Amino acid sequence: MSSLRLIPTLQKREHPLSSPDRQKQLLDALPGPSFEETVAAAGRSPLTAGGIEVLQVNVGKRCNQTCRHCHVDAGPDRTEVMPEEVVEACFRLLEESDIPTFDITGGAPELHPRFRQMVVRARALNRRVKDRCNLTVVALPAHADLPEFLAEHQVEVVASLPSVNTQQTDAQRGEGVFDQSIAALKRFNEAGYGREGTGLVLNLVTNPTGAFLPADQAALERDWKIQMKRRFGIEFNRLHTLTNMPISRYLDWLVESGNLEAYQRRLTEAFNPLTLDGVMCRTLLSVGWDGRLYDCDFNQMLESALPWTIFDATPERLASRPVATGRHCFGCTAGAGST
Amino acid sequence: MESYYDPKHLPRFAEIGKDAPELWKKFLDWYTAVFADGALSEREKALIALAVAHTVQCPYCIDAYSTACLEKGSDLTQMTEAIHVAAAIRGGSSLVHGVQMRDHVHAISM
Repeated sequence: MSSLRLIPTLQKREHPLSSPDRQKQLLDALPGPSFEETVAAAGRSPLTAGGIEVLQVNVGKRCNQTCRHCHVDAGPDRTEVMPEEVVEACFRLLEESDIPTFDITGGAPELHPRFRQMVVRARALNRRVKDRCNLTVVALPAHADLPEFLAEHQVEVVASLPSVNTQQTDAQRGEGVFDQSIAALKRFNEAGYGREGTGLVLNLVTNPTGAFLPADQAALERDWKIQMKRRFGIEFNRLHTLTNMPISRYLDWLVESGNLEAYQRRLTEAFNPLTLDGVMCRTLLSVGWDGRLYDCDFNQMLESALPWTIFDATPERLASRPVATGRHCFGCTAGAGST
Repeated sequence: MESYYDPKHLPRFAEIGKDAPELWKKFLDWYTAVFADGALSEREKALIALAVAHTVQCPYCIDAYSTACLEKGSDLTQMTEAIHVAAAIRGGSSLVHGVQMRDHVHAISM
């Protein structure tokens, strides 16, 4: 396997922005209205959750990549791994509820020692399972059979690829990532993913490679399907466009590049109240590696935790809960929205 | 440093409508319609706009349509090719006038 270019995480560098409080203070000090004021000015009530459709489990911060925009500040030097008792508590909640989707994320979730057991167990409970895959993990010898394993258990693959351009992808995710990602996508296609009639879903996720908003999802999907097929012979199901959240390593990049204030203004000006009905926090429960609970993965990284943990959570307690919001939430409500 | 071009002017573009609001509205409606998805996609139209921006050498338009191209899903390679198209037409336009030059030279030469 050719090695990828890696950078030390914010935590490893003991960077001030490794502190969630420092991140929130920096965002709060920017000019412009708060998220809560903006929602109220649009005549909408504060966000509340409307039941749990997705149990999203962040199994740890270890990753074989160090993307420059990573909101988790994940990397090989991170040691947080979801312990056994938290995994068991997640499955207790899953068994005691009818939550239809089990969404495994990280870090690189496949690096968790019990990743495959979690997949098998969730599928045995007849739940839809999603693996948020960075693609390059397939290049690691221990995970070379990942496409076949996931295909056998009919896991939906949600794969990150910011751009069909080598330079843009490598600039964000590390030198060498694009080529390895294309090789991995070919392996997923060989296993039946993205192919018509197999039922094996391969969705791609793209996010901007700089301080700008994502393209229109439908238009970009049309372009990508043509380009990926023509240039690489690769097929996939859907393309999801995500907006970069101004937190963690992306926040650090915004500060370093002098783009923070303009980017936050762009997000704020693009606020679209119609997106409030579909934001993920309304239907998702995010579990941290240590068992703390959050409204979304972004709130998890900012440590805006719910008052319960996975050990005392019940679907009844979690329904209709108020959602913790902040300036970063403009990332999910800009333009056509980001989920 | 003072300059005829100031980046802060771009977000103030709408001030042009203050003393001629009806004309501004007509311009804005037409402008919005021009860039909407049609027989050409929004992405293709943004690339054309970027190329034209370089031809008319408008720094406001270059900044605005560089961002717009990225936000419509183009990459730097595609954007660079687009401005090469603009440059090629400008260069070709100069060269094709050379035929006029040649005709004139031949007319007054032995």
